[in-house]
Formats: sequence, C-alpha cells, structure tokens
Amino acid sequence: MDYIMAFIIGGFICLIGQILIDTTKLMPAHVLVIFIVLGVLLSSIGLYQPLVDIGKAGAIIPLTGFGHTLVTGVIEDTDKYGLLGVFTGALGASAAGITSAVVFGYIMAVIFNPKSK
Amino acid sequence: MVKKLTKEQQDFQQYINKKKPKPPYIKNAFFAFLVGGFICTIGQFILNFYISLGLTFKEAGAPTSATMVFIGALLTGLGIYDDIGKIAGAGSVVPITGFANSIVSPAMEFKREGYVFGVAAKMFVVAGPVLVYGLTSSFIVGLIYYLFKL
Amino acid sequence: MADRKIGSQTIKFNKPPSIIGTGTVVGPKEGIGPLKDYFDLIINDDLYSEKSWEKAERKMLKEASEMAIKNSKIPFANIEYFISGDLLNQIISSAFTARELGSPFLGIYGACSTIAEGMGLGAILIDGGYADNLLVATSSHFCTAERQFRFPLELGNQRPPTAQWTVTGAGAAVVSSDIKNPRITYFTFGKIIDMGEVDSNSMGTAMAPAAVDTMIRHFQDTGRTPDYYDLIVTGDLSSIGKDVAEDLMKQKGYDISNNYTDCGIMIYNNKQDVHSGGSGCACAATVTCGYLFKQMLEKKYNRVLLVATGALLSTTSSQQGETIPCIAYALSLENL
Repeated sequence: MDYIMAFIIGGFICLIGQILIDTTKLMPAHVLVIFIVLGVLLSSIGLYQPLVDIGKAGAIIPLTGFGHTLVTGVIEDTDKYGLLGVFTGALGASAAGITSAVVFGYIMAVIFNPKSK
Repeated sequence: MVKKLTKEQQDFQQYINKKKPKPPYIKNAFFAFLVGGFICTIGQFILNFYISLGLTFKEAGAPTSATMVFIGALLTGLGIYDDIGKIAGAGSVVPITGFANSIVSPAMEFKREGYVFGVAAKMFVVAGPVLVYGLTSSFIVGLIYYLFKL
Repeated sequence: MADRKIGSQTIKFNKPPSIIGTGTVVGPKEGIGPLKDYFDLIINDDLYSEKSWEKAERKMLKEASEMAIKNSKIPFANIEYFISGDLLNQIISSAFTARELGSPFLGIYGACSTIAEGMGLGAILIDGGYADNLLVATSSHFCTAERQFRFPLELGNQRPPTAQWTVTGAGAAVVSSDIKNPRITYFTFGKIIDMGEVDSNSMGTAMAPAAVDTMIRHFQDTGRTPDYYDLIVTGDLSSIGKDVAEDLMKQKGYDISNNYTDCGIMIYNNKQDVHSGGSGCACAATVTCGYLFKQMLEKKYNRVLLVATGALLSTTSSQQGETIPCIAYALSLENL
C-alpha cells in the first residue's frame, strides 16, 4: 500500500512540474526553485504534512519534500532555542541531504567524465 | 522585457507561435508521472528499509534522502541520468535525485577548468538557487512563527 | 566610384574568384548522416584524443585547414590570409588555430553564417587584387557550444522540438585568383534582422526572416529570380525555420519551394534525435565545403545560392531577456 501511494503522490507532483515546463517558458532550474518554495509555503500553512502522511516517500523525495523538511526543522528549533532556532533549524534538518549532495557530487565529479553525445 | 516589440515583430511572433510544434504534452505528462512515481517508489523501499533497522518514520527521512542523492549522483556519473531525463522530463528533475544530477553534471563538465573554479564553483549553478530560495523562504517562515509565538 | 557594387547590398566580382580546394572534418554523429561520403575525415571520438572538447575543436579546424590547402595543391607558403571564426567566446578556436598555422589572420564573427561571411570577404580581397590565395575556415563542436550556450551534457533535461543540434566539425576552403570552377560570382551582405524572438531554443524561426531579407535583396540587386539557381540552400534554419522562410518568401512573391533546402536538414537523417535539425558554424561550412563543393565539381549543380544564417546572441543577452539579432550572407557559387 505504501508503495502504491508513494507512486501516485510522487508521480503526481512530478506531473505538475512537467506541465509547468511544457506550458510555460520556465526552465527546469526555475521549476526546482518554485517547487522548493512551494514546499516551504504549503508546509508552513500545514498542508504538506497530510501529504507526507498519505504519500510517505512520494511526498518526501520530490523537492517539495525538501522544502517541507526545511520548515519542519525551523519550527522545531524555534520551539527549542527561540530566535537562534530560526537560523539553525533549516540547515540542521537538511544537513544529511545537503552534505551528501556536496560530498557525493564532488566524488562523482572527480571519478567520472561526461560522455560523448 | 527589455524593449517593447513593434507591431511587425508582434505579428511575426504570433505567426511563429502557430508554426512551432508543441511538445507532446500527453506523452511527456505520462512519462513524468511514471518515472517520477517510480523514483518515489524506490524511495519508499529505501525508507522502509531504514525503518526496519529501527528508525522512526521521521528519522528515516534524512538517510533516505542521502541515499537517493547518492543514487542520483552515481547515475549522473555513469552517464545514465540524462538519458532518463530525456524521456521523463520533470519526472526525473523534481525528485531529489534530480537535485543531485544538477550538482554532479556541471561539476563533472567543468573539471578541465580546475578543481576550485571548475568543479567546486560550478557545482552550484543550479543547486545554489534552490538552496538560496529554500533556506531564505524557510527562514522567513521561521521568523514569522517566532514573532507570532511571542 | 565603386564599380563592383550593384544595388544596395551586393558585390559583383569582376574576375570571380575560385574555390580551388576544400577540407572537411566531422564528428561521429555527422559521420553517419546522409552526407557522410562527402566529408574528408570522420572522427570516431568527439574528444579527438585531446584533453578537452575545446582542444578537439581546434584540432578539427587545423586539420580541415591543412586538408583544404593540400587538396588545392598549392604550397602552404602561398596562403596569404587566414580568415576564420567560430562560436566560442573571443573566437578562440580560430585564434589558436591561426597561432599554429602562422598565416596573417583575420578573425571574424558571424556565428553560424561565418563560412559565407568569410568566403565573401575573401573573395573581395582577391578580386580587389589584395591577394591571390587565402584560406577561409570555421568550426563548431556540440559539446563546446552546449556548455557555453546551454547546459552541462549530463544534465537530465528535455529539449523542446524547436531545438537544433550543433554540428561537430570544421570546414575550410582555399579561395584563389586561379581560374577554376566553382567561382564566387556575387556576394550579398546581410543586415541585422530582429523579429522579436527571445527563445534561444528556437534559432531557426529567429533567423528565417534574416535569410529571407538577404535573399530578396540578392534577387533585387542582381535581377535574378529563384529559378536561375539549381539550388538555394540556407545555412541552418532546420525544418521549422525552412518552412517559415518558404512561407515568407511566398508572401513577398518569390516561390522557392522547388529548389530550396537547408544545411541543417541535409546533414542529419530524421532518425538521429536532433530535434528540428543541425546548426552551428560547421553546419553550413561542412555542407558547403563537403557536399556542395563536390557536387559542383562534378557539375551536378552549376548555380548554387548559399544563404548562411547566424544568430548573434550571447548567453548574457539571452539571460537579460533581449531579442535575438540575426544575419544572413548570400554567396552565389557558379560554374562558369
């Protein structure tokens, strides 16, 4: 059941992205930025958590889920540490994702070369 | 827009827009859904794996993201991710594996410009803006939350 | 008194200069296309055993240049000028190749129209009596153009159907005062035409009006009609741009549908996943120096009008939302 819901919710979020790319002049980079901000906004008004409850990985893996992680972290840390938490929350919660992206990214870039097209 | 188009230019643009073939909307949407859904299903599999190791659902999110990033980075390095992207479009851009792809692809490409100004600097051409807007907007949300709580 | 200028934008050469030899090098993808038999050298690795794609592009340009000189059977020392341009910032492929060749160098930038601009200028130098032999060359490379103008190769993005594929290759020609066929009889300069296109993924439609403007100017200045030519060939408008050009010509009262084609369509077959067709400096250059030159030598075509087109944008102008200024140069190639 988890798998089916992850497939449907995740697929649906990507579908929205595709419609944005095809029908507007937005580049994929714009779409990524829009999606993370969208995730932040939806999460901050409490609309994203239900999506995570239903879709599980289907809502976490898309970049909107990354936005959700940032907001959850900020809120938690603000509750714990007050104003300081506003500064530490987002990066704290997303540390695993960002650090792995930088480190794995660097390693892959050093090991591999782009292929001829 | 920098300059207003003249009447002649506007007419031409209208004519051209009719001439330009449209992207295959239905096909693109279908594959975006399919591949996007598939990537998330793999994510679910990994998430369940971490939960089975004893993590809670909430704790398992971070290692799942990190693992997906690794997969995205590896597939980019192997030269497979762009082939997936050709078919899937947003289906492989929007998941976090696409975020990894956007980091590895420029880093790899600019290796010949050196490890500082090439690899390291170019890593963030696409990912940088994502982090800037993600962090800034969540900071604002946090600040508003903090002020309302007072 | 300018006695060789006719009409408003056309030069009529008194003693039409000749193209006495050409050289072409293309990449693997072009090497399986429909024109593969007309290219002198097909490389099977687009790094061409070099450390970077930029170096590979230079090497192709140099080899094409040397091949053109060899095929024209004149000693290297007789090359009086090297006229060249390419797509990379500050035309480095050309300048670095000129450093290797050692001839006096004229760097030009006409984007994908470079080969026609170069041959036209070369013909002027020769007909004017300023030289007897000179070399015109240009190159482009899919990977160097892609990283400069668009995205990293491994980025998983989709290209829209209007996108074109930059040709990997180099074309060179020796233009001479020797009397041989084919000859360059007329050269029509283009004006910058900008019809308000901002989408850098749709160069063909952006450049089509420039091609049309130059073609009409050419016909008016010379008094010729489209039927005069066996073949009218535009640079790299590709399938969508070609349609637009044909349409626009018809609106202005010129029917070119019978003898008109485009280099961007000729160089690839439609199974090659190149979207609407080829582009880049090497597109018009390799088709002209490879296919057209050899067909003219064999007299399959005797009168060809080459209308090479160029989109003179940069990544900066694109990002700032500017429209794309385009140009086209027309060169009348004839067996006399």
